[in-house]
Amino acid sequence: MTDITAPDPQTLTTDLPQVGAEILLRALKDQGVEVIFGYPGGAVLPIYDAIFQQNAIRHVLVRHEQAAVHAAEGYARSTGRVGVVLVTSGPGATNAVTGLVDALMDSIPVVCLTGQVATHLIGNDAFQEADTTGITRPATKHNYLVKKPGDLARVVHEAFYVARSGRPGPVVVDLPKDILIGPAPYAPPPTQAHRSYRPRMAPDPTQIARAVTLLKSAKRPMIYTGGGVINAGDAASAALIALVRKTGFPCTSTLMGLGAYPANDPLFLGMLGMHGTYEANLAMHGCDVLLNVGARFDDRVTGRLDAFSPNSQKIHIDIDPSSINKNVRVDIPIVADAAHALEALLAAWDNDPTPTDCPALVTWWADITSWRDIDCLKFTQPMAKGGIIKPQYAVQRLYEITRELQAQDGRDVFISTEVGQHQMWAAQYFRFDKPNRWMTSGGLGTMGYGLPAAMGVQIAHPEALVIDIAGEASILMNIQEMATLAQYRLPVKVFILNNQYMGMVRQWQELLHGSRYSESYSEALPDFVRLAEAFHGVGMRATSVDQLDDVIRAMIASPTPVIADICVDQTENVFPMIPSGAAHNEMILSAEHGGSLQSAPGLTDHGLGLV
Amino acid sequence: MPSTIDTTLRSATISVLVENEAGVLARVIGLFSGRGYNIDSLTVAPVDDGRGRSRINVVTSGTDMVIEQIKAQLDRLVPVHRVADLTKDGPHIAREMALIKVTGAGNARAEALRLADAFRARVVDATTESFVFEMTGSTDKLDAFVDLMRPLGLAEVSRTGVAAIARGSRVL
Repeated sequence: MTDITAPDPQTLTTDLPQVGAEILLRALKDQGVEVIFGYPGGAVLPIYDAIFQQNAIRHVLVRHEQAAVHAAEGYARSTGRVGVVLVTSGPGATNAVTGLVDALMDSIPVVCLTGQVATHLIGNDAFQEADTTGITRPATKHNYLVKKPGDLARVVHEAFYVARSGRPGPVVVDLPKDILIGPAPYAPPPTQAHRSYRPRMAPDPTQIARAVTLLKSAKRPMIYTGGGVINAGDAASAALIALVRKTGFPCTSTLMGLGAYPANDPLFLGMLGMHGTYEANLAMHGCDVLLNVGARFDDRVTGRLDAFSPNSQKIHIDIDPSSINKNVRVDIPIVADAAHALEALLAAWDNDPTPTDCPALVTWWADITSWRDIDCLKFTQPMAKGGIIKPQYAVQRLYEITRELQAQDGRDVFISTEVGQHQMWAAQYFRFDKPNRWMTSGGLGTMGYGLPAAMGVQIAHPEALVIDIAGEASILMNIQEMATLAQYRLPVKVFILNNQYMGMVRQWQELLHGSRYSESYSEALPDFVRLAEAFHGVGMRATSVDQLDDVIRAMIASPTPVIADICVDQTENVFPMIPSGAAHNEMILSAEHGGSLQSAPGLTDHGLGLV
Repeated sequence: MPSTIDTTLRSATISVLVENEAGVLARVIGLFSGRGYNIDSLTVAPVDDGRGRSRINVVTSGTDMVIEQIKAQLDRLVPVHRVADLTKDGPHIAREMALIKVTGAGNARAEALRLADAFRARVVDATTESFVFEMTGSTDKLDAFVDLMRPLGLAEVSRTGVAAIARGSRVL
């Protein structure tokens, strides 16, 4: 503020002191909040009353608190903003825990406001009391219990700062009822730095210089990117694209990082890891210099640790120092925001006159091309009328048709998924060319994530085409959100790859447990077409390949929520696959390439013990 | 270059300067239990009233990689100001205090008193059939004294855990 004689009208006290609930909403407004995903209850009634009396912030009524958090995640992931959740005390808070851990594992900025019994009742086993800060301590990046009215506004502002700064994550603010109904003072967002939490954004220039020297000397370089690039915003994706194109180095991505680099670019090798491509995994195994940007050497990516990229010197850029040297020892650690670090790398690359080893790079690309020529994602779809739909084909057609329509109308497309085989097929066959268009539960692997996440995306992008690629088992875990879609007229499309199995469980039982399909078959599935209709949506079904395109087109054309029940080949498995405890060069390929789960290499008791 | 993984375990005394707020100790302890790190000893107390900060001293053990990881995990907690591995950062002093109750009569009792004197333990309580010794020193010294008291009627031990500080002018 430049004019000290003109105070902010908001800080002027009115005749009536504001109560905590009003102060809370004012703080949310000052944080730029537009939408809250929530569910009312006794402890938060004062907040709901304050919401009723204002129009600045929209409330979206979900049907289960877990879904509120996933919706906020979808909102956050697709906009780069903080998602906001409001739930009541006790069961409201405990129901939100799965969503909070999901956001923690995938570094999604969420602020979750939980009601609490009045301060004098805390610890008395009061009705709908739970030790919310105790329960959510390991489920959040940080949490707060507001015990004094004077702390309320400060804590809410701090919660937003903590949620979005550094490595983003979920923050819980527990709000006792007496704080909400009693008078409370307001405080604007702080202007000075936080007293203890100040994550480092800019990289150390010496480390950047060392990294460039190493990268220039590389004979077999590899760039491995993750969700950190998405979290660092569009600038990070732009810098990544510039760096990859400038260096001509091959680039791969984790599940969480898809879209940061355009999937159709020839320098992109596809996703890596357990169900990554043959070329990406072999390039990881064979490289001599590995540049990791915003990924965390997760076990789904590394496979057997002692055989992970065994001959490479490693550079790791991460904003979270605890991600560095956690699983894999690296040679050049760089603690920084991915956008800052990539921009610094680009500048240092230009300033260093050393040429790259062109002949070696040509040989390296020849190797990669020979691996790519194997076409590890190849599948055969019987095209005759009545032919059974391969799930890979269903995703591929969904991708091709959405791209074809996008070319005509320019409508943005967002994809969310549940968890399981369909999620991996979506990651493999739906090719993302922009960041923030892909919502999936990576770290926690939460079945039931996709529908509420898609809901959050659709709230943030009302004009966009939002599709939840689902499995018939996962979708039932948060199916109640179909009612939310109906209430808010959110035209989310649910594209179910229905194989009547918990497919990934069945795949592992086939691989590791002698094909004893214990409890992985769904005996009594609902009729998804009628289910959609019961929730005021439209149901569609494709049972053979000749019906697939029509169903996809009708689904996209529909102005309402749709469930498309795509009945797919029940026996199909996800390939390539690196079994747990195996190395990147011990991939199992699909039957197209003569592979089978029975021929799996590297299967040991140790691997069996890993999930 | 294959990275070699060092499996040698070492002990580390880690000091953490934290915001003196509700739940901060639970956060630190939860981090250790949740991630499977060892706690051999732990002390916590406010250290400067003016700014509302507390100091936590943790004695832990692990490989170098694990101890680096513990430091990084502690450092990213929101209410943590600073973290230092005193064992690695240079010479430091680590002390703990113990109250040791020995019961008995006759020769053993006299021998306990003689040893206490040799170890510079103070008698802070005495009855005809018991002594309470107060002793300050390194963990090793306290361990040695407690072991000596065992055959002489050791009844109860209460220890504070380690308080530690760097030698010289270096501060946390």
